Formats: sequence, structure tokens, C-alpha cells
Amino acid sequence: MPAEPRTAISPADLKAAHSGTETMSGASAVVRTLELLGITDVFGLPGGAILPVYDPLMDTSTIRHILVRHEQGAGHAAEGYAASTGKVGVAIATSGPGATNLVTAIMDAHMDSVPLLAITGQVFSNLMGTDAFQEADIVGITMPITKHSFLVTDANDIPSTIAAAYHIASTGRPGPVLVDITKDAQQQEAPFVWPPKIDLPGYRPVTKAHGKQILAAAQLLVEAKKPVLYVGGGVIRAKASAELLELAELIGAPVVTTLMARGAFPDSHQQHLGMPGMHGTVPAVLALQESDLIVSLGARFDDRVTGKTALFAPNAKIVHVDVDPAEISKIRTADVPIVGDAKDVIADLTAALRTALAETQPDTEAWWTYLNGLREEFPLGYTAPTDGLLAPQYVIQRIGELTGPEGIYAAGVGQHQMWAAQFIKYERPNSWLNSGGAGTMGYSVPAAMGAKVAEPDRVVWAIDGDGCFQMTNQELATCAINKIPIKVAVINNSSLGMVRQWQTLFYDGRYSNTDLNTGHDTVRIPDFLKLADAYGCLGIRVTKEEEVDAAIQLALETNDRPVVIDFVVSADAMVWPMVPQGVSNSYVQYAKDHSPSFDEEA
Amino acid sequence: MSRHVLSLLVENKPGLLTRVAGLFARRGFNIESLAVGTSEVPGLSRITVVVTVEGLPLEQITKQLNKLVNVIKIVELDLDQSVQREHLLIKVRVDNTTRSQVLEAVTLFRARVVDVSTDAVVIEVTGDSGKTNALLKVLEPYGIKEMAQSGLLAIGRGSKSITDRVFKN
Repeated sequence: MPAEPRTAISPADLKAAHSGTETMSGASAVVRTLELLGITDVFGLPGGAILPVYDPLMDTSTIRHILVRHEQGAGHAAEGYAASTGKVGVAIATSGPGATNLVTAIMDAHMDSVPLLAITGQVFSNLMGTDAFQEADIVGITMPITKHSFLVTDANDIPSTIAAAYHIASTGRPGPVLVDITKDAQQQEAPFVWPPKIDLPGYRPVTKAHGKQILAAAQLLVEAKKPVLYVGGGVIRAKASAELLELAELIGAPVVTTLMARGAFPDSHQQHLGMPGMHGTVPAVLALQESDLIVSLGARFDDRVTGKTALFAPNAKIVHVDVDPAEISKIRTADVPIVGDAKDVIADLTAALRTALAETQPDTEAWWTYLNGLREEFPLGYTAPTDGLLAPQYVIQRIGELTGPEGIYAAGVGQHQMWAAQFIKYERPNSWLNSGGAGTMGYSVPAAMGAKVAEPDRVVWAIDGDGCFQMTNQELATCAINKIPIKVAVINNSSLGMVRQWQTLFYDGRYSNTDLNTGHDTVRIPDFLKLADAYGCLGIRVTKEEEVDAAIQLALETNDRPVVIDFVVSADAMVWPMVPQGVSNSYVQYAKDHSPSFDEEA
Repeated sequence: MSRHVLSLLVENKPGLLTRVAGLFARRGFNIESLAVGTSEVPGLSRITVVVTVEGLPLEQITKQLNKLVNVIKIVELDLDQSVQREHLLIKVRVDNTTRSQVLEAVTLFRARVVDVSTDAVVIEVTGDSGKTNALLKVLEPYGIKEMAQSGLLAIGRGSKSITDRVFKN
């Protein structure tokens, strides 16, 4: 369909004429804009309404487009790309079902503050609203799950809109931004203006914090007897790990890293108590619960961390640092609210702390004695399954040990995710990728693919479950064909393991609809070895402990194709420790029916 | 439960109202009334929204609204620091015996008759909710056939403007 003729000469035209700006189609402007924004990799799948964009995409020499097998894969791949590097991930899809297939990944990015740029084609603007073929109001559908969204119906607006979307996605609290472009806007010719004018009068993220609040926080830190640094994913997004290490060592306080923050602080560090929350370590859970000062850095007091919120850390004062003002005092009222970028705030706080330490020396000896006692009494561990099958925790631990901290580990959602968070030792930020807030089964394989594209020299593992793996394993084809040699460890307990664990604990062992028949002593549908073979991957099955290391080694040595290891593990293994849902963190259980007899006075 | 009047300065973009209304619904905030119109600055609209707050602080609502990229500024308008008005059109049944009584009520309330037919009049009234509710009570016995009500409009007293500080930077 021909674009409408432009009748009037706009200021943009004049500027173009003066600066010799090139005229090009909206579709070419999309590609050119992405090039100029420095984007080198995009994940997508074409269709009718985005076809114009795919034509110039063939000619670009700086952007690699990776053709996925399902748009959800493109979304998670872009997330994995972003989460492993801090760069913006880009996913492209067509209108209607193409766009709605991105929805899960967009929501996932929204929950975990992942900088994601989603570009979708839309039907011709004159057809919008008529229930046209493959028409979906994707801007409307994604409004609650994007940081912002744009509908573009005029080619002149393409460079400025994509640049604005990129800016919004990557600054302040990062998040997903959707740009929906009608097919006529892609086809229309318009002058390409660069750099474009980005006009966002309502978007001013605060990065530098209030000096007075920083001083107050420093003062509380030197006075506290039981301080804890509660570190969330914001520290990773803000690239503030080095600043955090300096702050932590200066004050000498214990550090806990949430599921989203694994790797933000080295696991090997003496001050690190591990992960807090529903499946956190006993020392980390109780350190928060019994603390008198929680310094929250880029964390958001998620219910999986606090347990029953009203009973969370009753004696703690709260210093809450977040780049998003709406997070502060959303769940727990902050005594010292600090709005700012974690990197800047932590650096400022460290400086203020140096001054405060000259006056007052903190006394946390008793606190450390108590916490070290907990560490000794309740280390992370597991018992061997009684059915003689592999312990999933052992498998995951060995993957971490044989691969090392330079690897990247992307987990699915469920038991294997918790074990991967617990039993792999993370020493650097961006090495642990997972779906924290959304809990999206199927995240792992495409996220690992995205991470491997971003970081081709690193070993990238997808630690997946047999349930999760079946949701997105079609991207193995993408990996095999595009030479993206990820390694997939399917922790195959033949069931939806975490749901099964809850059925064991809270539903009298009535296993309603959790058997998947993929594992030991079942029909094995699908057979993951055959599936790996069908997708051009190396498939390995491991059933015994003595085979574990050799299989991992073979996977580490195989880089000409993806590897799928089917680790056939016990279905009875459970994730411990655990704080049952809806109760105080004080009721953390170290193992089934085994709670620490913690000292009220400690 | 407390009631607050918020004035929002927003970019006049497609879907803006959906974003604002959707946010209220999603976060469980209660909208009592909503009025949208242009502002004195081209391209900017002004939304007056009355919210009732239960449990969570008003601050959480304003912070969430502020996160919307198209929302430029939010101010809370206190009752005594602002002028607050709502606008009502009321169609009342009248006949030869009741017409004069209805018209007398209209005069007493400083309302206006804007349409007359043989068996009904349309009355226009502007005021705060106390006044409009009182008029409705008086008119009710005659028979209210239909009515249409605007959301509350509010503007701060004095010389300051909501757009004052927006364009300085």
C-alpha cells in the first residue's frame, strides 16, 4: 500500500534539506537507528506486519539477527543477552500472535528490571481497530508490564521513538520498552534525522542521592549492633559490585544476596552469609530476621524474601536504597529512604562512612559470634536420596565446580533453580541469570542462548528442569544452526519438582498432575537423548554419580554444537532450608520438621 | 479511609488515560472521580482525580503515577488551598403545578435552567459536592428523569500554577 503523500514541508524536511540528510523507508530507519544505537545482536522472527524491516536487515553488516523458533525465545534470549552484559537486549516480532508470544518475556523483564527493547510490527494504521488479520493491541496488552510503550504510525517518528525507547529501557530502573510500528510507517519514505530529538519531559530518573540521607545512613551503620547489607538485583543492574565490596569491607557487616543478586558479592567472601528468603541459608534468613539495621541496596522486600511481611525483621531499622522511588516504603516503611543509583549511592555511603568511623567504631562482635555459630550449625547441605538415584544437588554442585566462576549459569524455575542458586558458587556479577520475579518456566534455554551470543568466550550453562525444558527447547535448533554452543543440564526428576515438593509437604503427598514421565522407570516421553539428537546436539544421559564428572567434562570440551545432558535424578529430593509460605522467617526449617532453636535474645 | 484530590499534568498522548486508569485498577487504588481536559500549555492535559485511600499511603499512589513516562507532575490539592467544583446537568419532571416550585429551587441554589419543555426542565448547577447534593435532595420529590455529572475539577488558589516549575529546566 502506498504511503500517503506528504503535502506540507515540515521542519524536519527543512533540516534534512540543509544537512543533506538521507531519505529512506521507515523500515530502513529502524535498522539504521539500531545500528547507530550500537546494537550488534537482535533476536526475532519475521511475519507479515514486520516484513519491511526484515528486508534492510539482510543488508546490515553490523547487526546479527538470530532467527528464533518461537518469539518467546527471542524475548528470553534478549533478556539473557542483557542480564549477562548489562547491555540492552533487542527482540523483534510481527503483529498479533508474534507480538503476544513476546508477552511472557516482556513481563519477565518487567519483574526483574531487565533492559529490553521489543520491536513489533503492527497492521496498517488504516486497518487498526477493525480486527484485521493478525491485529492485536499489543501496546494495550503490554501496558501493565512495560516500563513504557510507543505506537508509531509515521516514519518520521521512527528514529526518535526507538532512541527514546532505548534510553528509557537502559536508564534509571531498567525495564522493557515496546515499540509497535505500523506497516505503513515501515513502508513510508522519510528523511532520516540523527541524532534525533528525544523529548521526554515526564521521565527524569534520579541517580544522585540526597547528602543528608547518606549521612544518616552512615551514622546508623556505625551505631548498629546487628547490621546486615541486604543486596538485591539492583546492585548488579547498576554495576555496583566493586563499590559494594569496598563498603562491606569497610563496615565489616554481614552481606546477604537475594536470588536476583547472586554474584553481586563473592560467595567466597567471609562476610557473605548466602541467599536469604524462602529457600535461603539459615544464617542469611535469621540475620535479616534478627537484625537491628537492614541496609537494603537495590532490593525490594519481595514476599519470597520477607516471609510474612508484618513479622519481618521486627527490630530492624531500614535504610532503603533504590533508584525507583516507588519501591521505597512500598512493602516496609523505610527509616532512611535513599533514592539513587546503587553505584553512586554506595560510593557516597562509603565516603560518609569513613568520616563516621573516625568518630565511632561499630561493635558487631557478638553479632558475628552468633552468625558464625549459625553458619557452623546450619551449613548448606543435602542428604543422599534413599531411592538410590542421583542427588540433583550433587550434579549442580559439580557443574559449578568443574566450570568455575567465569561461566554463566541460566536457570529455569523450580527446584533446580533454587539448587543452582544454592550450590553453585558465584564470584562475579552477571554470571547467574534466572527468572526471579516472574518465575517463568522455560526461561533457561533461550536465556542461555542470548548470554552465549553476548559472551561467546564464556561457558554458558542452562540449568533446566524436565518441565521447564519442554517449554522452550525448540531454541536448541536456533543454537545448533547458528553455532551457539550452550550446554544444557536437564535436572530430570520426571516431574514438576517444586510443585511436587509442595504436594509432599502441604497436600499429604497427593501428586496431582505433576508426573511428567521423562525420568527413571518411565516411558521417557520425550526421550531427551533422541531430542538432543534430533536437534543436532550432543546428548548424554547420566544416571550414576560416578558418571557425572565425565559427562560435564565432555560437555565442557564440546564446542562444535550444543550439549544436552539428561541427568536422571531422584524425584524425592527437596529444597531445604525452607520458610513455609505465609509465616514469619523465624520459622525457617533447615530440613523437614527441623527448625533451628534460635535464641530470642540473640 | 481518606479522600484526596490529585491534579496531574500529563502529556496528551494516545492511551494516556488507559495508562492512568489501568494503574489505579492494577494497584488496587480507588478512583472516586476523574476529569480530563486540556491545560493552558499546548500538548499537555490536566487530569483531576479524586482517590480514596485505604490502608496504603497516598504516597504510593503518587509515586506509581510519577513512574508513568507521560505524567509530568502531580500535586495534591488541599480543600482549603484550592477551588473545587463539579458540574451537574439534571432533567427534572415538571407540570403546571410544580414548575414554579422547581424554578424557585433553581434560583435559591443559583443554578440555571438550560432547557425547557412542556413536562421537563434541564437544570445546570456548578458547585462543590455539598451544594449539588443539597439541590438533588430538593429536586428529588419532583422526579429526576436523568442526570449527568462531571468529575471534580480543582485548581489551586493564589497566583501559582502547576506548570510553573515544569519548564524551567
